[in-house]
Amino acid sequence: MRKKRDNRNWKAWLYLLPAILFLGVFMVYPLVDVFVYSFEEGYNSASQTYFGTGGYNYSYVLHDPYFLQAVKNTFLLVVITVPLSTGIALLVSVGLHSITPLRKFLQTVYFLPYVTNTLAVGLVFMILFKKTEYSEGFVNVLIRWFGGESVDFIAGPYWAKMFVLCFYTIWVVMPFKILILTSALASVSQEYYNAARVDGTSRFRIFRRITLPMISPMIFYLVITGFIGAFKAYSDAVALFGTDLNAAEMNTIVGYVYDMLYGDGGGYPSYASAAAILLFAIVLTITCINLLVSKKKVR
Amino acid sequence: MEVILQNLTKTFPSRDRKTKGEVTAVSDFTFTIPDGKLIGLLGPSGCGKSTTLNLISGLIKPTGGRIFFGRDDVTDLPPEHRGIGLVFQNYALYPHLTVRQNITFPLENLKGKDKLSKTQMQEKAMEAAKLVQIDELMDRKPGELSGGQQQRVAIARALVKRPKVLLLDEPLSNLDARLRLATREEIRRIQRETGITTIFVTHDQEEAMSISDQIVVMKDGVVQQIGKPQEVYDNPANLFVAKFLGTPPINVFDANVSNGKLYIGQDAVLEVAVSKEMTDVSCNGKTEMCGGGEGLAAGTRGGRTPGAGAVKLSGITEKPGYETKEVCADGVPERAVREGSKTGEDSERKVYAAVRPEGFLLREDGPLCCELAGVEVMGRDISVVSRNRASQNKTIRAIIGAENAERISAEEAVGRKDNCVRFALIPRKVFLFDWNTQERISFDGKG
Repeated sequence: MRKKRDNRNWKAWLYLLPAILFLGVFMVYPLVDVFVYSFEEGYNSASQTYFGTGGYNYSYVLHDPYFLQAVKNTFLLVVITVPLSTGIALLVSVGLHSITPLRKFLQTVYFLPYVTNTLAVGLVFMILFKKTEYSEGFVNVLIRWFGGESVDFIAGPYWAKMFVLCFYTIWVVMPFKILILTSALASVSQEYYNAARVDGTSRFRIFRRITLPMISPMIFYLVITGFIGAFKAYSDAVALFGTDLNAAEMNTIVGYVYDMLYGDGGGYPSYASAAAILLFAIVLTITCINLLVSKKKVR
Repeated sequence: MEVILQNLTKTFPSRDRKTKGEVTAVSDFTFTIPDGKLIGLLGPSGCGKSTTLNLISGLIKPTGGRIFFGRDDVTDLPPEHRGIGLVFQNYALYPHLTVRQNITFPLENLKGKDKLSKTQMQEKAMEAAKLVQIDELMDRKPGELSGGQQQRVAIARALVKRPKVLLLDEPLSNLDARLRLATREEIRRIQRETGITTIFVTHDQEEAMSISDQIVVMKDGVVQQIGKPQEVYDNPANLFVAKFLGTPPINVFDANVSNGKLYIGQDAVLEVAVSKEMTDVSCNGKTEMCGGGEGLAAGTRGGRTPGAGAVKLSGITEKPGYETKEVCADGVPERAVREGSKTGEDSERKVYAAVRPEGFLLREDGPLCCELAGVEVMGRDISVVSRNRASQNKTIRAIIGAENAERISAEEAVGRKDNCVRFALIPRKVFLFDWNTQERISFDGKG
């Protein structure tokens, strides 16, 4: 009996082997490695040597103004874009769900940004926002037309740049959220709405008491993945402000990690590792909080 | 509250764009549902019974006709202003709310002078919950309840606002057989206790027969017959109704009437003749006569084939002066097709003969010979399964008293020479239907 059981276990492990190997080599090992790097002071990747171990890397990173700027930018981005994009996506989805004509067409239109290349979208945003010798950018033309003063969105004040970055991020992440939410809305059985109608429930109450709770698992899924995605933002900032993000005050945490590894001053894997571990800690904490909240709120 | 349907019609545009035209779900339905009664809308799937229910609820708008609740025309009222309670087939309980919250949900929607305080709501919810006996389960979520309990919650939610009319859409279809039996009695009890006019939809004839005050049999959007369950069972207006009601189903034979005799195959099984008492059935459910009293007004305008009316056989017992009396509801005199007024002059005529399973009597010298295929013992009685060439069903099922069990099983064991089990037929359990129109032909029969 015992032998048979062992035999079966052995087989199970054999089936799991490819996945375990793959994940081990490409995920677990690098993770552990990064963790180790972050405690090795003055690591030199060429000679593979270091001076000693300790928390200095963390102390350096936490005192680096560029890192603090990156953390501030990232947090602002997260706090602004995640609720806004989810909220707007919910509005659009409810709108799409309640109209019949043109629904298919509009769904396609709303989904287009998802299939468009990030850098191509960046180019479009350049046309919208960037001042050049030839034009002020489309948005500035509009502002002028309404009698306002033109703003340099790409190289101007901090808030203007942050606005463009948030705008861009929301615009890019919306299609996926709309896709998920429209299918979630469609999966709510019509019977619930009929039952509510027979009871004379107002439309707002139907939405708040029936629709929202029914699709709440999907909303929380979007919020959690939205947080994670926004914390990992980097390419969007590059598409808008170029590679020297520190100079533009628009760096993100991932951008900081990248700069530490490969930027002009690059070659500091220890600092990069420490920053990456800090990011990991932040994302982990936020996700745990999210899950705790959702356990209470989601049915 | 009396519910009056007047020429109610609903057509849906055809799904297929290529074939233009419409699908008629409900056609010209006129019926008055008396106050405080339990009415079963019965028919096979796709017959328009659920559409009818939804029309009454207001969830869909009729293409034509009017609906009255008492004296009020509610045709153009939205569902929430009709004062109805609706129980959905899948209950549609809100899964994220507790039983209590589900039941109070309709009350929370009340506005203005109808608005209730929290405690009033709780009281009303408790009252409704007690009525359906789920007051122990108030703080559970629907997912933690069994199907039967969910059903009760749905009924409580429908009743909590004290509706004038309670509508149930296939209320028992999601329950297992045992629970179905208990729940249908429960529905009956609740209906009796509250006295609310209740309409329920079902495709299960047994369910409809067992608890309804009146049943409405529908097919292809057209009402076939309305009446008390027993009356409809005993006097089906046409072949469809006869086939649809009863388990085991009725046995249908290709038959001939000639010389005042009913022939199934070569066997002359009954002597048939028209009788004045039976002719009312030929009005084809057109009204009171077939229906079932109590001021029930029903109309199908001649059923599937308007104007065809029903065809009668004339025969020996006919007395002068009777036959012209049958004038149907819409004022069109019955078109009596006379096939000769005296016995012996009847030409041969093809008909359907339908015999209820309990209409067979096991007799050594019975006129109908069927090939014995088997015997099923059911305890109280036995079911004799046999075959006959003229039968439309694959097998004929006759239910006979268990006291015959020994004899029939002996017969089964030995096997007769001609492999023949002989039956006599009980005339009132035999119905004749016109070969073309499938309408009922009334007759007076002797075995």
